[in-house]
Amino acid sequence: MIELIDTYWLYFLVGQYPHGPLGGLALTLILAVLGLLFAFPLGLVFGIARVSPWRSVRWPVTALIQVVRGTPLLMVVFWAYFFLPSLTGQNTDQFWTMLTALVVFDAAYLAEIIRAGIQGIGKGQTESARSLGFSYLDAMRLVILPQVVRNMLPSLVNQFVATIKETSLGYIIGLTEVSFIATQINTQVLTRPAEVYLLLGLTYFILCFGLSRLAFWLERHLQQRTMAKAHA
Amino acid sequence: MTPIFDLNLLLTGTYHDWLVAGLITSLSLTGISLALALPLAIVIALIRLSPVKLLQWSGFAFVEAIRNVPLLAHLLFWYFGAPELLPTALREWLYARNVEATSAIIALTLYTAAYMSEDVRSGIRSIPGQQFEAARALGFSFVASMRLVVLPQALRVTIPPLISQTLNLWKDTSIATVIGVAELMYQAAKVESATFRSFEAFAFASVCYLGMSLLITGAAGWYQGRFPVRTA
Repeated sequence: MIELIDTYWLYFLVGQYPHGPLGGLALTLILAVLGLLFAFPLGLVFGIARVSPWRSVRWPVTALIQVVRGTPLLMVVFWAYFFLPSLTGQNTDQFWTMLTALVVFDAAYLAEIIRAGIQGIGKGQTESARSLGFSYLDAMRLVILPQVVRNMLPSLVNQFVATIKETSLGYIIGLTEVSFIATQINTQVLTRPAEVYLLLGLTYFILCFGLSRLAFWLERHLQQRTMAKAHA
Repeated sequence: MTPIFDLNLLLTGTYHDWLVAGLITSLSLTGISLALALPLAIVIALIRLSPVKLLQWSGFAFVEAIRNVPLLAHLLFWYFGAPELLPTALREWLYARNVEATSAIIALTLYTAAYMSEDVRSGIRSIPGQQFEAARALGFSFVASMRLVVLPQALRVTIPPLISQTLNLWKDTSIATVIGVAELMYQAAKVESATFRSFEAFAFASVCYLGMSLLITGAAGWYQGRFPVRTA
């Protein structure tokens, strides 16, 4: 196994870079970071629309979120893969296809986290903000959302873990992220598939387990702070 | 002149049969994995709640090791890696049969069981400890107090989250397409490459995934209305 790591570690981490496109674990991470980064504002808009007092805003967004959440990510990836080119009028490469699918998919899940966060804050806060003369949108922006975003920090980290795991589906459309590279290594070595895929699993595990511990710690830390405030 | 959306392609003929066969395979994958994952999840939850430290830790390690690795990596390991570790005779026996479906069922079962065990565990923990203590004081063994006193109450709390895990399982079966299981996504892609009617093929798959997801969500809603959680 040492020999395997010794020969292929660089390929595993960055793919063919700098002699070819960036790939491997680096691409997995970039995809996950960008995915979450772009999904967050979209999720925020969807989440607010989901609890909007106007039906014409609430209903279509709710329907969209339900459809995305009832569909496997792979289906979203396939739709993006086959229909983005005809929609945008130019060839979309695997990276942008996967990123688009991730952003749409994650935004729907983030929207539900944000909706739960807004509803968890309590109506009293909105009502007092409104009675102090804030408009609905200002009450959201200045009173409700700052609290929601702080409370949802652990969920955001967990969503990041989920996104890292989701990037593995890029494998299916031939994106050279870390699972794809592992398979390339496997076809080159040929004799040690169990070791190659164990190493792949271990890589994901270290990354995701570390992050989910961070989320756990954040959650406890926030809880303690809220409790300390309540006692003060 | 072919129509823009060829509904006949989906309703009759070879391609219709392919897609329906895929749907049946997806449903079977879900059914078999669910039947295997449920008892496994209950056992893991009990192991994590057992009074023995070593058992608690091994349960924790199992759950975290599985949850922090993407399903795709699990599938690749069970399909390409694990058979190599088997003795030759057993491997040949397996390859003569449906090795794709077997690997997929193993991966899906372990993945789902790890998530479900967490739901069962929190369900059990929601039952006040006095119930368990009273059972023990009346002379029931650990297993008997769990089986006769705690689990029947815990199950009622646990079923809604278990139904939503079933929904995840249903969507996750799509990833089995990676190792060549002829499930719905695989068949849709096959119809697409045979006919170039990507819109029809993916629309069929999407409607199936979405329809089944709605049924499962509906079941969760019905259960919560029919058997609301009783608070003591």
